[in-house]
Amino acid sequence: METEIKLRVDGQEREVTVDTRTTVLDALRERLGITSPKKGCDHGQCGSCTVLLDGRRATTCLALAVAHDGAEIVTAEGLGTDGELHPVQQAFVDHDALQCGYCTPGQVCSAVGVLREAAQGWPSVVTEVGAEGDIAPARLDHEEIAERMSGNLCRCGAYVNIVPAVAAAAEAEGAGR
Amino acid sequence: MKPFRYERATDAEHAVATVAAHPGAAFLGAGTNLVDHLKLGITAPDLLVDVSRLPLDEVAETADGGLRVGANVRNADLAAHPAVRARYPVLSQALLSGASGQLRNLATTGGNLLQRTRCAYFQDPSTPCNKRDPGTGCAALEGWTRYHAILGASSHCVAVHPSDMAVAMAALDAVVVTLGPDGERRIPVTDFHRLPGDAPHRDTVLRHGELITAVELPGLPWATRSRYRKVRDRASYAFALVSVAVALDLEDDGRTVREARIALGGIAHKPWRAERAEQALRGLPATEENCRTAADAETADAHPLRDNAFKIPLVRNTLAAVVRDLVPETPSGSLEGAR
Ligand SMILES: Cc1cc2nc3c(=O)[nH]c(=O)nc-3n(C[C@H](O)[C@H](O)[C@H](O)COP(=O)(O)OP(=O)(O)OC[C@H]3O[C@@H](n4cnc5c(N)ncnc54)[C@H](O)[C@@H]3O)c2cc1C
Ligand code: SF4
Ligand code: FES
Ligand code: FES
Repeated sequence: METEIKLRVDGQEREVTVDTRTTVLDALRERLGITSPKKGCDHGQCGSCTVLLDGRRATTCLALAVAHDGAEIVTAEGLGTDGELHPVQQAFVDHDALQCGYCTPGQVCSAVGVLREAAQGWPSVVTEVGAEGDIAPARLDHEEIAERMSGNLCRCGAYVNIVPAVAAAAEAEGAGR
Repeated sequence: MKPFRYERATDAEHAVATVAAHPGAAFLGAGTNLVDHLKLGITAPDLLVDVSRLPLDEVAETADGGLRVGANVRNADLAAHPAVRARYPVLSQALLSGASGQLRNLATTGGNLLQRTRCAYFQDPSTPCNKRDPGTGCAALEGWTRYHAILGASSHCVAVHPSDMAVAMAALDAVVVTLGPDGERRIPVTDFHRLPGDAPHRDTVLRHGELITAVELPGLPWATRSRYRKVRDRASYAFALVSVAVALDLEDDGRTVREARIALGGIAHKPWRAERAEQALRGLPATEENCRTAADAETADAHPLRDNAFKIPLVRNTLAAVVRDLVPETPSGSLEGAR
């Protein structure tokens, strides 16, 4: 059953007719030709389809497009500005944080989300909590980055460089004390 | 995937009436579980009523000093909520130990409670499964049971409930608030999920068309001393083998247990409130040895399967570890001395 929806993708208003069964990922890739979000597993398990959905990192392979009518989406393609890479993308390049590159657009979008979440003081499960529930500020050390990025799998095992790349981007933003 | 109609709900009563009147209809939250099941062919509704934009997205204070969590509060927002972090750390930690950051940003409180088992056979429509297709049998009984139940299972189903959040809520005596065709119901989380018995296709006591509108966390000042610990096959982004949620009320000596709330995950068809273990700890010093005895009281009736007898010592050790984290060391040395 076809429905027309509107999406704002990487700064552009797009209208697209989708079957109710179409996921956001398929709408982007198959209908709009935006192929930076990748289909790794199609079951929420690998993170390669991660984009920024209404400002938050989100997997798109289990999200129905009709349910996100009106959404603002930023993919890895739309992160940079005026021919300049986003600082997180630049950090990935500087740290050689990829091999085949298939997981990279999802990793980069996820890392941008991680920095935003940390800036808002969001904890992760490895964030220290005092016995009385004291809240420690979100510092992005190695352990924190590994935990917060655990939803992005890399089949090439480029993690040894991904974590330092995210750490460097966090450092540049002042979150990597 | 079978074609379906999609409706976006703008009004809770109307959404309930629509689904209640239509046997093939289902509510849709963020879809992180339901859409997966549509793809896998586990379920095939012909109408999805999307409730994810209903204005049920607030965390509000209640008169008894607790919190009312709207069904559409996202897992990530609930975990990061300052009141939850300060007053119910066990719940924040349980949420943060589930799924991934990008899934938690989507997943709703209502959908999390109603997520279905990750039993590998349930997820594979080429195998017999009483939960997916009633009456076909249970492939797990003769199969790979590392992730299956040790308590409360039946010969019809040995699956476990996968939610971390629900385990913390069970320990906190949370109440699920629903809206059905006959009005509102309030169901304690501990009575919300079912044991499989001879009807494993029914995960919960919800009726068709009944909508979760909120979860209420009762005021519990001593839940500030609470914690969630999850043991899994890899350090992150995996379902629990065993998980333990504990809240402790200690006497003034800082080590004798006045009250304990304990719930276990990964071991049963529902979040398992460990009342026997609570009973066993009450009035005793929170030592490792007492925790082990308490855990063993809880698992005394366990029926391990071929691949999961390890869960009995794992429950014992994990409970002891959580309590160790929760009880400050006394100046006279560690808890060893208190044995
Ligand atoms: C790769 C992966 C890893 C995961 N790991 C974990 C983990 O480690 N721990 C964990 O706890 N969870 C884990 N999850 C599960 C995740 O937490 C759930 O998928 C999520 O919470 C479901 O919420 P949702 O809003 O997407 O629900 P949906 O998928 O939209 O809905 C789930 C069910 O709830 C029903 N429903 C939704 N909202 C309501 C409502 N308000 N009233 C009545 N019925 C409703 C739907 O009809 C459906 O039956 C994982 C998921 C994935 C994909
Ligand atoms: S354990 Fe339950 S869910 Fe798994 S195959 Fe058996 S009946 Fe199905
Ligand atoms: S393709 Fe979406 S998580 Fe793997
Ligand atoms: S670089 Fe190849 S999958 Fe990550």
